[in-house]
Amino acid sequence: MTGNADVVRVVLPAHLRTLARVDGEVELQVSGPVTQSAVLDALEGRYPMLRGTIRDQRNGKRRAFIRFFACEQDLSHEQPDAPLPAAVAVGAEPYLIVGAMAGG
Amino acid sequence: MSGVRVLVGTRKGAFVLSSDGKREKWDVSGPHFPGWEIYHLKGSPADQDRLYASQSNGWFGQLIQRSDDGGTTWEPVGNDFSYQGETGTHQWYDGTPHPWEFARVWHLEPSLDDPDTVYAGVEDAGLFRSTDGGKHWQELPGLRGHETGPSWQPGAGGMCLHTIILDPSSPGRMFAAISAAGAFRSDDSGQTWRPVNHGLRSEGIPDPGAEVGHCVHRLAMHPSRPSVLYMQKHWDVMRSDDAGESWHEVSGDLPTDFGFPIDVHAHEPETVYVVPITSDSHHFPPEGKLRVYRSRTGGDEWEPLTSGLPQEHCYVNVLRDAMAVDSMDSCGIYFGTTGGQVYASPDAGDSWAPIVRDLPAVLSIEAQTLP
Repeated sequence: MTGNADVVRVVLPAHLRTLARVDGEVELQVSGPVTQSAVLDALEGRYPMLRGTIRDQRNGKRRAFIRFFACEQDLSHEQPDAPLPAAVAVGAEPYLIVGAMAGG
Repeated sequence: MSGVRVLVGTRKGAFVLSSDGKREKWDVSGPHFPGWEIYHLKGSPADQDRLYASQSNGWFGQLIQRSDDGGTTWEPVGNDFSYQGETGTHQWYDGTPHPWEFARVWHLEPSLDDPDTVYAGVEDAGLFRSTDGGKHWQELPGLRGHETGPSWQPGAGGMCLHTIILDPSSPGRMFAAISAAGAFRSDDSGQTWRPVNHGLRSEGIPDPGAEVGHCVHRLAMHPSRPSVLYMQKHWDVMRSDDAGESWHEVSGDLPTDFGFPIDVHAHEPETVYVVPITSDSHHFPPEGKLRVYRSRTGGDEWEPLTSGLPQEHCYVNVLRDAMAVDSMDSCGIYFGTTGGQVYASPDAGDSWAPIVRDLPAVLSIEAQTLP
């Protein structure tokens, strides 16, 4: 896939791809600054069934066993409104939503 | 009546088991929602094809799924279970105040007459209702807000509201049970509640006869005689003849009175079923023999039902929501085990056969009788 300034690429964990009924990456138009909050707002706007599965519906906090990766960095503890790496913002690199490794 | 649909919730998905009236050959559909914990799924009494399912796991939280075609296809609906008003605290295991925190939906109870109305019993204990087919959920805060709420403590499995019973003859009357707070009754459609635990005795709490604090595992009612309730408590099988105002023990000659599920024959209000379990520290059947016990006298006198059930080397458990009856002319009874077996008896418990043997651990069973 080639970079596109208007599109952010998001990779969902398998359970959430099933829930949202998508295959592969999700491409999202994100208006304004490309932050984690903006990407998740766009994701949940397109796929409302994902509300509450990634972050708390009321306070926006990331669920404990969810991680956010991009450009080989763990962004899970970054501020939700901090800008994402430029490579994510232009679609050159995907934004990864990951279920933390655990048993079960 | 043409058939039966058995809805099975497991640790790793839901299954729908279907059979004709003979209940000898079964079609197995599933897993639906593979990999997810399905604490409970249940059909609407007013529309047999309207089903609700509680889907959750530790990563992605709670979802509610709805089917309008008897479980063939499903749609996620609303999953915002926000406690209403002041969150408040209950007691934590160490006795300190602990804020109410939503964990999951344990039980879904559809309205008796409106397919779009459904109640949800949740952990930490609270009662929610949807009147739009599960899209939006509103807490009925009178239960959690009861004056005894700050003293409630979780049982070993969490502080769950696991039983909801709607009284078909008294509009507005409903029952709920919470581990480990006890049984509660509302007479105004869930707006206000009061504990109904008089007569219970629990040796594991400081005051064995306290108003609240009892680890009630399950309640059951026969719809034709709603003033009679049966209860499997942590220890003790109990009966009330006055809609919960008072209880007396009917454990009688059971080999052990610890257990989880309890249910009533569809056509015989005095015929009751339990599955005795060795103890709260063992959680498997006595002597490795899986036996359902049936009383035809409303308790006290019990007979073991063993035909077709394993009578050696069996160390499974049967969880509180994992037993159900159908209402065919010859009442069928079903239960699921933590070993993944679902057993069916088409003759009220006289004989049993497994429908499936190797599912994930079974969390819940419901039976629908299809016209």
